[in-house]
Amino acid sequence: MKQGVIPDDLTRPFWEAANEERLVIQNCRDCDRLQHPPAPVCGKCGSDAALEWKQMSGRGRIYHYGVVHDCPIRLLQDDQPFNCAVINLDEDPGIQMYSHLPGTPVDEVPVGAAVELVFETAANGQKVPEWRVVGDS
Amino acid sequence: MSTENAPQSMYRSREGLGVWEHRGKVAAVGIGHGPTSRRWDGEADTSLGAISLIALRRAIEDAGVNPEDIDGLVMDERTTTGAFWPRGQELPWDVINAYNTTDAPLDGITQLSAEWILKNMPELTGNKFTIYGPGCMSNAIVVAAQAIGDGLAHTCLVLKAWHNLPGRYYQSGPNADDAIPGTPALRSLWGAPACYGTAIQFAEYCRKYGKNHDMMAPFISNSRRNGLKFPEGYWAQHRPEEITPEDYKAARWIAKPANLFDNDIPIMCSAAYLFTTAERARHLKQKPVYILGHASSRGQGRSFVPTLDEVEAECASSGRKLLEAAGITVDDVSFENLYDGFPQFHQFHMEGIRYRGVQPGEALDFYQTDISISGPNPVSPSGGNIGSGRSRFWMHTDCIQQIQRRAGERQVTGVEPVIGVSGGPMPTGGNFTCWSATPDY
Repeated sequence: MKQGVIPDDLTRPFWEAANEERLVIQNCRDCDRLQHPPAPVCGKCGSDAALEWKQMSGRGRIYHYGVVHDCPIRLLQDDQPFNCAVINLDEDPGIQMYSHLPGTPVDEVPVGAAVELVFETAANGQKVPEWRVVGDS
Repeated sequence: MSTENAPQSMYRSREGLGVWEHRGKVAAVGIGHGPTSRRWDGEADTSLGAISLIALRRAIEDAGVNPEDIDGLVMDERTTTGAFWPRGQELPWDVINAYNTTDAPLDGITQLSAEWILKNMPELTGNKFTIYGPGCMSNAIVVAAQAIGDGLAHTCLVLKAWHNLPGRYYQSGPNADDAIPGTPALRSLWGAPACYGTAIQFAEYCRKYGKNHDMMAPFISNSRRNGLKFPEGYWAQHRPEEITPEDYKAARWIAKPANLFDNDIPIMCSAAYLFTTAERARHLKQKPVYILGHASSRGQGRSFVPTLDEVEAECASSGRKLLEAAGITVDDVSFENLYDGFPQFHQFHMEGIRYRGVQPGEALDFYQTDISISGPNPVSPSGGNIGSGRSRFWMHTDCIQQIQRRAGERQVTGVEPVIGVSGGPMPTGGNFTCWSATPDY
């Protein structure tokens, strides 16, 4: 079970969208550049004036993965071992998200495979973006 | 008195800056280590502050300077990345009150300020300059070198200490909570251990170059072998256990492809160096070890985990910066002590500087050759964190001791120890130093 999430000012739009089963990523309109994790200012131009939240398609690919056997998070320790993958978004492969790849057997992860967005519910009811394999590597 | 972090202008983080303006004008002349332990036992005389006072006084004694002649102190206030005082646990007032205190009750226990040090070392009557090089000893060293070169101090203590508390590292604080704030949740919800990012980079490295995890075994065995010859280190002092290749391959996974021995062991430890000008160094007790140059990496990944491409580009840049600052080529380097905690990124540092001509993707093959202290290509003669525990400073101590020819059983014998390089921690964020037997190499 994932820990609950208490949205803060910086990430509230992300988590509110997740509760609507949408994935939004911070974007600088002036630079036409996504950034994740979000920040108070654009990492390229340094301005906060043109920051917005942009909806993503919910498609990506697996960059690589590890199998977690010794997890520091108490609530996840009963689930060990589990996959933990890095997902690159199709809109911009430089933007990453983590995933437990629900439905993929442990340590049988197809690196490079296509994935699509799904949502899980965390300990306090907050919905959390996850990813499911939909194609071959 | 408030001590500030060193400004970014003290770090050489861009390429093209040329040879360091103070090349050969700053020298290390003293070394001191405190005793190590696995975790703090709650006693005043084994506390973080106590072992740091030991380290500092040993460095002063080693250098043979009068304490009143020391006018600078460079250190790092933060002393852990994963051991935090449990919420609600009573403070150890008997230990706190055994020393001169500051406004922070746990100063000297789970943090260490310059103010605490100066309050508890009354012999440092001449100190006029304190500054933090936050992160690890690698930061403090380059800040101290720059400070002396710039004339901000002429004789300077450089200190880094680490504490560890009862309980498992990283498993207290927010990691034990039922809910966490939204910003750290973007990373933490998936439960990746500290070694995870490096493990991902290593996995991609193996895929790209056709290597495998077992090929790390000679490096790990060599590191522990060297560490067991480091009398100041944790494993040599408490658990003199070698790691055979079979031990390594059989170890339990932490975050596959990183296993137990791909992680260092958190410990209590403290080390101090004494730096001064090359001119003063000539008249002191120990053979001076000169700093030819320093360089810093301030790269960062675009998103959560720096990719292999980002890591390799940044390490190559760091290597070029360090050689440029020192005014040497990599062929001049006698031995390397680049950071190893996590060992799965040591090869990124090593390939970045092209040690012994090793190119990206070749380090694991290089590990299968003679990388011992008696061979022509010593790799991590300090043994690093794998050899002596999590300190991020064994590499620097070893560079100084090797060049002074007082590394004892670790002394390299297959090369003349004239030039050594050390530094880290992360491939995309670290500080690196080039050490030399002579000021004008």
